[in-house]
Amino acid sequence: MNTVDLAATGVRELNRRLRHASDDPSALSWLVTNPKGAHAIAAGLTRPVRIQIDGHVGYYCAGMNQAAAVTIDGHCGTGVAENIMSGLVRVRGNASQSAGASGHGGLLVIEGNAGPRCGISMKGVDIVVGGKAGHMSGFMAQSGNLVVCGDAGHDLGDSVYEAVIYVGGSPASLGADCVEKDMTPKHRSRLRGLLSRAGIEIDPERFRRFGSARKLYHFHVDHADAY
Amino acid sequence: MGAVDSGRLRPSHTFPAHVLAEIHRAADEGVYEIRGFGTKRPLPGFDDLVFLGASMSRYPLEGYRERCDTGVTLGTRFASKPVHLKIPITIAGMSFGALGANAKEAIGRACTAMGTSSTTGDGGMTEEERQSSETLVYQVLPSRYGMNPDDLRRSDAIEIVVGQGAKPGGGGVLLGQKITERVARMRDLPEGIDQRSACRHPDWTGPDDLAIKIQELREITGWEKPIYVKIGASRPTYDAALAVKAGADVIVLDGMQGGTAATQDVFIENVGIPTLPALRQAVEALQALDVHREVQLIVSGGIRSGADVAKALALGADAVSIGSAAMVALGCNKAVHVEDYQAIGTEPGYCHHCHTGRCPVGVTTQDPELEARLRPEQGARWLRNYLTAMVLELQTIARANGKSHVLNLEPEDLAALTVEAAAMAGIPLAGTDWIPGRG
Ligand SMILES: Cc1cc2nc3c(=O)[nH]c(=O)nc-3n(C[C@H](O)[C@H](O)[C@H](O)COP(=O)(O)O)c2cc1C
Ligand code: SF4
Repeated sequence: MNTVDLAATGVRELNRRLRHASDDPSALSWLVTNPKGAHAIAAGLTRPVRIQIDGHVGYYCAGMNQAAAVTIDGHCGTGVAENIMSGLVRVRGNASQSAGASGHGGLLVIEGNAGPRCGISMKGVDIVVGGKAGHMSGFMAQSGNLVVCGDAGHDLGDSVYEAVIYVGGSPASLGADCVEKDMTPKHRSRLRGLLSRAGIEIDPERFRRFGSARKLYHFHVDHADAY
Repeated sequence: MGAVDSGRLRPSHTFPAHVLAEIHRAADEGVYEIRGFGTKRPLPGFDDLVFLGASMSRYPLEGYRERCDTGVTLGTRFASKPVHLKIPITIAGMSFGALGANAKEAIGRACTAMGTSSTTGDGGMTEEERQSSETLVYQVLPSRYGMNPDDLRRSDAIEIVVGQGAKPGGGGVLLGQKITERVARMRDLPEGIDQRSACRHPDWTGPDDLAIKIQELREITGWEKPIYVKIGASRPTYDAALAVKAGADVIVLDGMQGGTAATQDVFIENVGIPTLPALRQAVEALQALDVHREVQLIVSGGIRSGADVAKALALGADAVSIGSAAMVALGCNKAVHVEDYQAIGTEPGYCHHCHTGRCPVGVTTQDPELEARLRPEQGARWLRNYLTAMVLELQTIARANGKSHVLNLEPEDLAALTVEAAAMAGIPLAGTDWIPGRG
């Protein structure tokens, strides 16, 4: 285990070291202490390193992650794991807005609550939120799965494309073109798989499924009030 | 009934033919018009300025014999690997999806031959364009279609798009007929749908966030790449200053004349300010912060000739960028395949139908048959010739004004032909020392 104390070493140096971590097994496991809300911690990783961050982080922690497994033992600022491509990012606390924004792959787990616009513009990532998710979550979500174990805020899934949204509690309201869909056995089993990958124990039977009504896929005069 | 006396047929100034036709269309369809190309209405522009040339007090340089350099370096502020261009004319971001792969490849080849840069667009980077372009600028757009850290790292510069001159405050539109299987795959969208891309970035809003976003992109790319911030011309005084504050290396300013592949006509014609005043305001903002030339300024929107480039540089730009004019060099609006222009309801010279995906000359289409009309080698040759001619024009003007480098052109070399242009560009009206608004 390599320990980097961010009180003594800047983010730039930390990220440089993480990017250059070698295949040597001793370089694959890292502990980061004193993050104190710094931005872009562990952003742009490309290797299967394991990183544990002890404390709260600022914006874009683990941004564009590829292959790495990053655990944040604290809360995080805007855009955690934004544009994640692969690997696993786990937030033990709460995540601020735009968590997993435009993520293309991999898994983001937020054990606490997520702020607004969680999974905005997502493109293939799987996101599991243990608690609640804020308003406009799943906005323009294109593909992938967004699982919210608690309640979801207003305008859930506004303008959603082909992403699938599961909610264990209830959404305050649905956004434009987002509708409730049948929870088929196939979806139930997918959800079970997502929850088990996320390590979150909750009964999948509680969940409802939401997705696109596909009415905004083509401009049409009779849907003008939704544009 | 006798023949109508044509002298009695008085057209309405308020309702000319194109306005009548648009009302009829809106009544039929119930939706705004979406189209390509840029503004069509008359606007104050570079044509309203002239160079003074040399005289007793300024010596000209000899054409062909005395050097007039054209090289520029972009991204000297924070990036460890700035971009060096041989000419100050770059090709603007035009998405794969809007353009076909052949057009993209032709642009890449021409830019490489000329020693300048091309730019990706809303839809990600294609292998063809990375291979054909020696210097490639990678756009980070609100939609984040195809956004990929590997492409970010193999780019030569990064351009964060805040806005575009054709639609400051608007997101992209790509109509279903252009979302082919490949385009859909690159964007993670279903095939054939009308795609409305976002107008705001998903993970930041405002200049304070932008500073942190720029920091993240620098971390991901090892602080090597110049970071450009592209803004549509709306409030350049503030936007340029805020981009500087956020840590941009380069500002790309796109005036209202800027082209587009598909935008609401009402947006193209009515939102934003022309390139001329926007350029002056941005330069003044950079000067006020004492970073003019340290943060480079690339200007676009209606640049067509070496004279336009020279005027933009004289007003304080470090380089220009062209979109529409590059398409025209590739054959856009050329009088060939006339029946195919007619099939989409237009004629050569009037076409703005990029949104249809039925481009008669194979530039803005994904249709294999139409696309085959633009061979990449031929397109590259045309664009290269056009860029060469522009550079020669630019040098001709610079030498005539006694400049051994095109970046030495200055506002003092210019005069304005109209009161409007004088006020907007901050250049005295020809034959006077009067700049409206300045006493
Ligand atoms: C076909 C086409 C596609 C475009 N696509 C993009 C794009 O993806 N991203 C972007 O920032 N600007 C886009 N633009 C705008 C150009 O980058 C540029 O701002 C504009 O074309 C410059 O003005 P000009 O056309 O008068 O030269 C596009 C323009 C055209 C004509
Ligand atoms: S000729 Fe092609 S590129 Fe030019 S305006 Fe028409 S459709 Fe667009």
